[in-house]
Amino acid sequence: MPDFPYLDDQDVVEVQRGPEPGGVGGAYRAFGETLRGLKTTMARLIEGPMTIQYPEEKTPVYPRFRGRHKLHKFEDSGLEKCVGCSLCAAACPADCIRVVAAENIPGERVSAGERYAAVYEINLSRCIFCGYCEIACPFDAITMGHDYEMADYGREDLIFTKEMLLAESLERTPLKAEGE
Amino acid sequence: MLPLADTQFVEATWIMVVKSIVIFAVIFGIVPVMTVVERKLIGRFQHRYGPNRVGPFGLLQPLADLFKLISKEGFRPAGAIPLLYVLGPLLPVLSGVMALAIIPWGDVQGGVGLYGIDVPIGILYFFAVGSIAFYGLLLGGWSSGSKYSLLGAMRGAAQLISYEVSMGLALLGAIIMGGSLSLVDVVHAQGAIWFVVPQIVGFVVFMLAGFAETNRTPFDMPEADAELVQGFMTEYGGMRFGSFLMVEYLEIIVVCGVAAAMFLGGWMGPGPGFLDPIWMLLKMFALVFVFIWVRATLPRLRYDQLMTLGWKVLLPLATLNVLVTAVLVVVT
Repeated sequence: MPDFPYLDDQDVVEVQRGPEPGGVGGAYRAFGETLRGLKTTMARLIEGPMTIQYPEEKTPVYPRFRGRHKLHKFEDSGLEKCVGCSLCAAACPADCIRVVAAENIPGERVSAGERYAAVYEINLSRCIFCGYCEIACPFDAITMGHDYEMADYGREDLIFTKEMLLAESLERTPLKAEGE
Repeated sequence: MLPLADTQFVEATWIMVVKSIVIFAVIFGIVPVMTVVERKLIGRFQHRYGPNRVGPFGLLQPLADLFKLISKEGFRPAGAIPLLYVLGPLLPVLSGVMALAIIPWGDVQGGVGLYGIDVPIGILYFFAVGSIAFYGLLLGGWSSGSKYSLLGAMRGAAQLISYEVSMGLALLGAIIMGGSLSLVDVVHAQGAIWFVVPQIVGFVVFMLAGFAETNRTPFDMPEADAELVQGFMTEYGGMRFGSFLMVEYLEIIVVCGVAAAMFLGGWMGPGPGFLDPIWMLLKMFALVFVFIWVRATLPRLRYDQLMTLGWKVLLPLATLNVLVTAVLVVVT
């Protein structure tokens, strides 16, 4: 490098240039590349479609996918896990959870604790599905489910009440298989 | 002196009428199927299904499209020239249907030639009639009163003169070998060997020019939906737009039919005589598949590249092909 004495050898980068366009070689290369392109698309044709026909087939979700919330009951006693502490509502950054607590009356207990949630509403049109409510809950009473089909025609229909959140979802969202 | 087509063969008038109606009905049944087949194939080329909602396998999609186009309002831009604006989409349909007449579907069987008409000038008729389509394109683009349409029309005209010559010269080799201008006679001459083998250069040049002639990718310069918003079709809507689209497929059928007859042995194939039109259709659809395949693969060329390819590559190649063929035919 006599012209650039200040450059080290390792600073010099070889510049790769393509062949000049035009001429017989250019025509040959263009033709060859065209055939290569045709081969590529034909391979895609043979592989077959990869799209998922959505309403009939559904994309499987991961186990930790944060979909619509679920409220839980104890499996043995059938009592609600939620004790109406409102920690989820406090943690919610979108402020979409409304909890009104009430005292449990002995004889007709609703929850396992002293109090229960008389009103438990989640406004799903405001929810951002961050999962903070799930983390805040001391009794694992609320978790994020796997349902993601929540579109509806009215905003009032998107306010989910306690009964709706406790119910099993109508359709199960497929889960991803191991290693999928 | 080359023998011209057999002009002594005469058919009754009612046979001619029935033949033309049958050809018209069959081809216009194929065109909508082609649109949905093309969309489905392009989908497959891109890892997806294509239309599959309307009817079984989406086969009723063209019907839905047609209904949508027909039920639209037939508007006209304020700056358009009324008569020419309406004439624009009509001329290409006319030329496409007229060009269908010379495609041979089979030999003379039971006193009926399985083709529209075997004119003595044969392939010249195809060029004469096929070029009328560009009048429609030019008139439509120019009379719309829009600069995009005008640009698309000008591009179409320039493309036509650069590719029509190569197209004619590419066919000339096969005509010299067949010893006749008539498509029926050229198919007869391919009993021993299909002309695609000795005329491979002519075949490739013809297909390339055919892409340009039918305004298909990679030569869809007059339409160029990305830069010219459909070019000469910009200001058209409803069924006028639909007929431009229909003509595109009609022209593909015509070009593929001529290519199949001139280079792929036309109706020649094993089996009894009544299978001849089926063989012809199969060969045509093989070529149509190539059209769709190329559309799914290649991007649009730049305009100067298009012109360079036409004038500097295809034209010399086709000329050379004709010269070599002529010398070889004379010598042997």
